[in-house]
Amino acid sequence: MTLQLAVALDGDSFAAADWVGWARQADEALLDFVTFDDRFGRRGPDAVLTAARVAPLTRHVGLVPVATTTHTEPFHLSTALATLDYASRGRAGWQVRISGDPAEAALLGRRPPLGADELFEEAVDVVEVVRRLWDSWQDDAIIKDVATGRFIDRDRLHYIAFDGRYFSVKGPSIVPRPPQGQPVVAALAHGPAAWQFAGTAADLVFITPADAGDAAKIKSRLDPELKVFADIAVFFGPGAAPSDAAVFTGTVPQLADLIGAWAGSGIDGIRLRPGLLGRDLGEITRELVPELRRRSLFAPSAAVTLRERLGLPVAINRYERPAASGGAEGAPRPEGVPVA
Amino acid sequence: MPKQIILAAHFPGVNNTTVWSDSRSGSQIEFDSFEHLARTAERGRFDFFFLAEGLRLREQRGLIHDLDVVGRPDTLTVLAALAAVTTHLGLAGTLNATYHEPYELARQLATLDHLSGGRAAWNVVTSPGAFFGENFRRGGFLDHADRYVRAAEFIEAARTLWDSDGGDFSITSSQFGIAGRFGVPRSPQGHPVVLQAGDSEGGRELAARHADAIFSRHHQLEDARVFYRDVKQRVIRHGRDPDSLKIIPGVSYVLGDSDADAQEKAHHIRRQQVSPQTAILLLEQLWNRDLSGYDADGPLPEIDPRLDEDDTIIKGRAGMYPDRLATAAEWRALAEAKKLSIRDLIIEVTGRQNFIGTPARVAEQLDEYVQTGACDGFILVPHLTPAGLDDFVDQVVPLLQERGVVRTEYSGGTLRDNLGLAKGR
Ligand SMILES: Cc1cc2nc3c(=O)[nH]c(=O)nc-3n(C[C@H](O)[C@H](O)[C@H](O)COP(=O)(O)O)c2cc1C
Repeated sequence: MTLQLAVALDGDSFAAADWVGWARQADEALLDFVTFDDRFGRRGPDAVLTAARVAPLTRHVGLVPVATTTHTEPFHLSTALATLDYASRGRAGWQVRISGDPAEAALLGRRPPLGADELFEEAVDVVEVVRRLWDSWQDDAIIKDVATGRFIDRDRLHYIAFDGRYFSVKGPSIVPRPPQGQPVVAALAHGPAAWQFAGTAADLVFITPADAGDAAKIKSRLDPELKVFADIAVFFGPGAAPSDAAVFTGTVPQLADLIGAWAGSGIDGIRLRPGLLGRDLGEITRELVPELRRRSLFAPSAAVTLRERLGLPVAINRYERPAASGGAEGAPRPEGVPVA
Repeated sequence: MPKQIILAAHFPGVNNTTVWSDSRSGSQIEFDSFEHLARTAERGRFDFFFLAEGLRLREQRGLIHDLDVVGRPDTLTVLAALAAVTTHLGLAGTLNATYHEPYELARQLATLDHLSGGRAAWNVVTSPGAFFGENFRRGGFLDHADRYVRAAEFIEAARTLWDSDGGDFSITSSQFGIAGRFGVPRSPQGHPVVLQAGDSEGGRELAARHADAIFSRHHQLEDARVFYRDVKQRVIRHGRDPDSLKIIPGVSYVLGDSDADAQEKAHHIRRQQVSPQTAILLLEQLWNRDLSGYDADGPLPEIDPRLDEDDTIIKGRAGMYPDRLATAAEWRALAEAKKLSIRDLIIEVTGRQNFIGTPARVAEQLDEYVQTGACDGFILVPHLTPAGLDDFVDQVVPLLQERGVVRTEYSGGTLRDNLGLAKGR
């Protein structure tokens, strides 16, 4: 069974050339997407801007930056990710992150840290608002009607009027609906609370099983609509192993064997996390990817947008009036119901 | 050596300056449009590319304003992408100090400065308050005076963070209590360039104390000179070198084969900028009432402007007419004397192209402004997206280069170098 293939670009470089080099390697290897790690307070560049920096210089690979829901304005997040989708022509995603770290909260000074339940609750609201804002312009809202002098049809723009426990946002977005309709929303999930969050809010989840059997078990507990990627940290040499993912050390054929073994567990893809970007990413793109292609474990996708490539359903705009339903005009879906 | 002219390219949009009804008008949102304008500006050896910002779609009478171009990308994200397709051009984004947080924004700007090799600039604005606030967690939480307090403390906080060189910081002020590790080492410019755009006393003082440049709205020669003197004196009063604050008005231009040809083109453009619907809308902003029943090709209303405050009319221009009755009387007299319809009158009294003529005439006028102390350069606002700057770069820039007032090649590495500004500490 073929798998989809992603790579985590978890780097702290501030040199544009490094990021362009890494992203291009992934692009040329026709990987499905790369993720850009981020966290307030860490050493490293802002992930959304780093993804935007490489967007015009890549053609194929999806670009999925991490951005937190805990400390950011949902309105800014929504417009930034929509813009990344424009700059990459439909290849944008978003890995949602929450933070209960008091040190991060102190950087913003906005409020004391929330408890874990509240952080997830707030994150569900943020994703909902971001998605509503993406939908808030119907695709044909720009009419350029010279006779009436109207540039837009304001009836095809919608106030999202979100009023929740943590914030309210009126809308509509200032950015027209992005090319994918809705960029792909992902979440890293180590355990049940995060799995549930992903099932509610995300399109794609990164899980962290110990082995293929564990992967199958986790997969069986997840919302069947979710695309599931298993994380494997990869070291083709010495390095400090992370504590939160299966760790592989060995040769390229051995890693291909391992991926082959995981392919039967029901997951959709693998996200490889190079231990040392400079060394391990090169091995992955130059050696491992051709090996996986030979073994028919990976086949590059011809799809243009990240959404299509992942086999996610078309993002139907919640504000499109269904042809003959006679339902309430532009009524948003109930809160918390995933769109995809 | 004559003074060098600073040139910047404003991406057009979101007001009636931008002519979308022209058949040459392209997308205001696709990345190709931004790339085209930025590459054109870089071909013309411009100092920087400039993006305005609006955090909510404008409304009039409670309805989303539908006559102008609307829909634009997120400022920082599009600038980061533009860093990939340009090499020397500065990348300036308007970013509100009220609806961002210092840690996050300073980190984003420092990231942009790193990833562009020292080309980031931040135009600090304070925004029209509660209206934008409805899109944010904070809501409309600051009045006009406090917004400048926050803006000043915001800039100071950002500089503290940039100066931390990625290390620890602790900031306590009336608006902020934040501490921790910044995480971004010193960027190529030390401090990204800071521009300021508010025009009130508070705005001018903020600029005189903290800014490297002002995006000004004073573009008529005499008015510009008065503004220039006022601000440079404030800079001196704050103990700064007057050259350390550049004054750059936003201006528009129309080129023609002859001056008469340019005038004719300008007239045609004005009629596209002020459609009948736009004329009524602009009139409503002075009259402060619904005039949708009036014919733009007919005479001015006989009724007087309403004097009470009405939040449902776009503010925009209203603040420019402190005495509405007097202005209305002036406009009536003008319309009667010149036999002007509403639309003709609006074309006559609202903004017009600043520089109209042959490329030689426009080059000469721009140079005169700078050499005689009206400004240090220009933010050019083309009326067409995305090709609105092509003719300027092809026809006017070479003449300015001949005069020795615009570079023929980039020399410096960073935007600060190109603007002749000292590196941030
Ligand atoms: C030339 C100019 C350009 C401006 N551009 C923006 C803008 O793009 N976005 C924004 O929110 N405010 C913009 N402003 C508004 C100012 O930042 C400020 O909020 C407003 O002028 C009120 O402050 P003031 O009373 O000091 O002028 C601009 C102002 C001027 C004069």
